[in-house]
Amino acid sequence: MSEAPRPSRMRAQGARVRGVLGSWDVIVLLAVVAVAVVGSLSIDGVSSPRFWRFVTLEAVPILLIALPMTLVVITGEIDLSVASVLGLSCTVLGKLWASGVTSLPLLIAACLVLGGLLGAVNGLFITGFGLPSLAVTIGTLAMYRGLAYVVLGDKAVADYPASWTTSAIKPIHGTTIPWVILVVAALAIVFGVVLHATPVGRGLYAIGNNAEAARFAGISVRLTKFWLFVATGAMSALAGVFWTLRFASARADNGTGIELAVVAAVLLGGVSIFGGRGGLLGVLAAVALLGVLRNALQLADVPANTLTIITGSLLIASVVGPNVAGRLRERLRRRRPIAPTLSHTT
Amino acid sequence: MPPPLLALSGVSKSFGAVAALRDVRLELYAGEAHALIGENGAGKSTLVKILAGVHAPDEGTVTLDGRPLVLRGPADARDAGIAVIYQEPTLFPDLSVAENIFMGRQPLRGLRRVDRARMRAMAAELFERLGVRLDPDRPARGLSIADQQLVEIAKAISLDARVLVMDEPTAALSGVEVDRLFAVARSVRDAGAAVLFISHRFDEVFALCERITVMRDGQWISTDPAAELTVDQAVRRMVGREVSTLFPKQQTTVGDPRLEVRGLTRHGVFADVGFTVRAGEIVALAGLVGAGRSEVSRAVFGVDRYDAGEVLVDGRRLPNGDTGAAIRAGLALVPEDRRQQGLVMELSVERNATLPRRWSLSWGGLLLGGAERRSAATWTQALRVKAARLADPVSTLSGGNQQKVVLAKWLATSPRVLIVDEPTRGIDIGTKAEVHRLLSQLAADGVAVLMVSSELPEVLGMADRVLVMHEGRLAADIPRDRADEESVMLAATGQAGRA
Repeated sequence: MSEAPRPSRMRAQGARVRGVLGSWDVIVLLAVVAVAVVGSLSIDGVSSPRFWRFVTLEAVPILLIALPMTLVVITGEIDLSVASVLGLSCTVLGKLWASGVTSLPLLIAACLVLGGLLGAVNGLFITGFGLPSLAVTIGTLAMYRGLAYVVLGDKAVADYPASWTTSAIKPIHGTTIPWVILVVAALAIVFGVVLHATPVGRGLYAIGNNAEAARFAGISVRLTKFWLFVATGAMSALAGVFWTLRFASARADNGTGIELAVVAAVLLGGVSIFGGRGGLLGVLAAVALLGVLRNALQLADVPANTLTIITGSLLIASVVGPNVAGRLRERLRRRRPIAPTLSHTT
Repeated sequence: MPPPLLALSGVSKSFGAVAALRDVRLELYAGEAHALIGENGAGKSTLVKILAGVHAPDEGTVTLDGRPLVLRGPADARDAGIAVIYQEPTLFPDLSVAENIFMGRQPLRGLRRVDRARMRAMAAELFERLGVRLDPDRPARGLSIADQQLVEIAKAISLDARVLVMDEPTAALSGVEVDRLFAVARSVRDAGAAVLFISHRFDEVFALCERITVMRDGQWISTDPAAELTVDQAVRRMVGREVSTLFPKQQTTVGDPRLEVRGLTRHGVFADVGFTVRAGEIVALAGLVGAGRSEVSRAVFGVDRYDAGEVLVDGRRLPNGDTGAAIRAGLALVPEDRRQQGLVMELSVERNATLPRRWSLSWGGLLLGGAERRSAATWTQALRVKAARLADPVSTLSGGNQQKVVLAKWLATSPRVLIVDEPTRGIDIGTKAEVHRLLSQLAADGVAVLMVSSELPEVLGMADRVLVMHEGRLAADIPRDRADEESVMLAATGQAGRA
């Protein structure tokens, strides 16, 4: 076995990971604050409660999907079918409503079950047949969206009771903040605890870093991944319910393309696309950053194309940033005098 | 004596705060095999990487034929005639053996087409020269590690390498393969090249080399003709202290059967394997590399499925292919490949040390209040793991300390049956003795230990009983008092009936 050099290089990388990713959450959070402060001072309307209400409502579906997506990406997989699951869930909700199902809890339950099943199909192909998740979910991205059109065609179902649609966007009493953010917050706590403070979460990081070693430690890699895809499907369907009620419209093209917004937030939040690294706090901050930035710039009349370019640049920066910062850190560290030996404690 | 072909003097190299080499010297002569020995972390591999052009020394000089040599990368080393054979070569699996040898410099014919016939003939001639039987046309995929190394050596010869560095080439080889590798190394040496050989096995070092350099803690300790150095002296210089006996197997009282394996079969891999390991017993599973020993232990542990047979722990049958159930039943496996299977290299020492028992550390499904930290601290201290911090990635530890973390993570589960697959491969002699003491202690405490090992002294020194596998079948079951090198090797090579 080789000893000194390989570990030393790894040691440098280890320091990079600890030093940069450990504080990456903080960097993204500071960026949110900076954008909010600069925006409030320089752009009319950013400081208004209406702006924040709108940003929050727009972030809700992204957050709902980003929660399970974070876990999926940490295990080294990805799910690109989420927006189509959202769309299909919208149309099924609309169709059921139009055909006489009038109980909202029943409709929500039906959507969750549907989303879980769609996620299970993804999971089955990926873990059962060992196919790459990128390929499988690009396939189901097209397939589920197609099914959405089969269910509802070009029509929209929009005649929901006003009480439903207002309840989706109702503010918390005495504020302008929509109450659904509390639901999202509760779910975020659940996902955060699972990821960071349970045996399951420890297993997810092990799987993402080295699935074989995880298997040798008794972790059921395939089963774990399967259930993550089921959870992602269910959460995407829940996002679909919110989408339908918020816009009072179930259409087959609801939420087209938001998988990219979700993946962008997950990566910008510091989760490694190769798996094994990152945390939920960074992802939450990244959703906020992208949302605030986009809406503030929209208020400043920045054209949509420019917005897309900015989002893309941020994403690249998030991938390049930790590397550059790590190299700088490494260079600084080397300038320091060299200690004679490694301290031996424990 | 002629001047050295290759010489290092005053070479130092640091990685961040860690000095890997300090003021090291080494002189290699043409037509001579030179051994470099030292514990893990002594700096041997750093030295190899400097010769390979992977690392540049911070201080000191490298000279070739008396002229200073600056290596800016592996290509420079190759051009200077330095070839490095690693423990696990990296060939292109889908290319033929000949294509691997001549990658990037294939003989050409008209219109810049690759002249396959000539390439094949050149490869065949190389193998002829080395006295090796290998088909130049077969794809590299599926070659044994030993054959892959021979392909690398052939490549080195074809590049007119004058210095051949072999970094622990024998760690994964069986006895026969080692002999063949040595024959090749000798022919390279006799053709006038300088050979640098790195190994943890003294018998090999003394069998092959004329001169031996000992390193410790990144420093040069001594260089002596092999004839003037004894194993005891070498060991003392490597560890800088006296080493107590290597194989301290205690007498234990053997209890009830803990692990029973009956008729275990995986088509094409192993067949009808059956044995029992009792509490307090260390049973060795010996055999040549490829005999199916690791495969059996993986199947017993549930990492792989088996096609027929059954596995019982304390009389209760384990489900097929369910590692979780095996762990709950009290089984633990310290696997063969530490880096790929034993540890998650990027995760911290703490996370690795608690991974298999994380459920038992949780409270209502939650991991709170430093339970993991306490467990990791307890077990890494018990095994005397040297790590700066438990939060450091386990990849920053030396090989021997990594192996201790693997042991710590499984001992923390309080196993009733411990399977160890090559428990001391590639770790230094001091740690090796610690591992042996530990296994002996565990057996004394009533754990049933199944030890897969390719090192005969380890097998004979540690085991109460030696099971020998040959081509996927159990060839012999030899009790301690009748086990010797001859009986085990005969069974392993298929020359003994069932004993």
